[in-house]
Amino acid sequence: MTNKNSGFSVKAVVATGIGAAVFFVLMKFIAIPTGVPNTTINVAEGWLALIAGLFGPVVGLLVGFIGHTLNDAVTYGSPWWSWVIADAIFGLLLGLGKKYLALEYGDLSTKKLIQFNIWQAISNVIVWFVIAPIGDILIYKEAAQKVFLQGGVTAVVNTISVAIIGSLLLVAYVKSRPKKSSLRSE
Amino acid sequence: MNNLFGYKQRDTWLNRATGTAKLIGFLTLTTIGMISYDTRFLIVLSLLSVLLMKTAKIQYQEYALMLKFVLFFAIINLVMITILAPQYGVRLYGTNHVLFGSGYWTITEEQLFYEFNLLIKYFFSLPLAIILLFTTNPSEFAAGLNKIGVPYKIAYAFAITLRYIPDVQSDYRTISLAQQARGYEISKKASILARSRGAVQIIMPLVFTSLNRIDTISQAMELRRFGREKQRSWYQEQVFSRLDILIIVGSIIVGFLGITLLFVNNGRLYNPFK
Repeated sequence: MTNKNSGFSVKAVVATGIGAAVFFVLMKFIAIPTGVPNTTINVAEGWLALIAGLFGPVVGLLVGFIGHTLNDAVTYGSPWWSWVIADAIFGLLLGLGKKYLALEYGDLSTKKLIQFNIWQAISNVIVWFVIAPIGDILIYKEAAQKVFLQGGVTAVVNTISVAIIGSLLLVAYVKSRPKKSSLRSE
Repeated sequence: MNNLFGYKQRDTWLNRATGTAKLIGFLTLTTIGMISYDTRFLIVLSLLSVLLMKTAKIQYQEYALMLKFVLFFAIINLVMITILAPQYGVRLYGTNHVLFGSGYWTITEEQLFYEFNLLIKYFFSLPLAIILLFTTNPSEFAAGLNKIGVPYKIAYAFAITLRYIPDVQSDYRTISLAQQARGYEISKKASILARSRGAVQIIMPLVFTSLNRIDTISQAMELRRFGREKQRSWYQEQVFSRLDILIIVGSIIVGFLGITLLFVNNGRLYNPFK
């Protein structure tokens, strides 16, 4: 990562752009059914977890924001802002773990993986059970009973989705990287 | 370049307007429509947006799928609200005019009126979004975002997204076909477990090609000194014409009208029951 002087590096710009494109495609095309009608496992959140873990909170925020906005715009005509904001904050929260996870150095212990999953579960609950419904009530004046039910179901489904897809992606990514200690000076 | 949003060259005044003007108009109108719960205002706004869509010469077939999605979404939401919060309208409007039913299932005029408002709100922005997406060249969006104050690096990231969605889509198709050829079933015929496994087999290669792509593109951009200057110019940038100023002023007037109504109604709700 070069170009530190201007804040947002070239790599961060590209990661945001490509990240949002992949997020969009995953959200739109891959749907794993849960068995409950019209409820699918959202694979895109797992990708968001990986990209935020790799590139940090700002990229996570923007990928969630741009990807969700575009998907809503193409599917429903206009973005549903409270959920767009919720997805963006989810990216931000997961991005906070970047330094701790240190995925690039190819070392992901079981302990770290468990901590990642606890953090993503907490983030999912904050975002889908608190921020999204409150946004729905404030912005759209929706009925509380309905939005909290929707938020609760989404929080559970997304937590499971990130626990499976997100963890798989993290492990696969780390395996593909050389270990930090793999080179020794002699 | 890409046909994701159904953009086509059409010979109408909305096509000739710049992306920036349409973006400002769209954001102003949808924001005020989102805030306002004044039924009269929302009806006028919906009629206006349908009228605008008619002048843009967009065919029904082009947006039929979107309309069905919104319809489905609206029905599910309205049914859920009726089941979960049948007395919400009474709480919002403060009066109680019973139509029929009793106990938990009492259906009131207030509830029906509230849900009617919601229905308009789910639909009013669709024609506006269709106009924006179908008459604007996607490349103009990035330039437009930068022009209304979004930092150019974020606008550029957005441009990259629009540019690479078709590529990622074609990657996805290729990988999907390759994995199906290897025997992973992802169609509805397979069991849930088999489908999930199939999906994972597609996601993994897609993720790694995309991560490689991030490296390649960012190296190419660094070689070309991206991010060196505080500003950048855009290939698709356009100068405002009289038409664009007219669109912006028009949408601001409508927005202002909506804000005035907020004060007239003492809040966001229009209450005919008082």
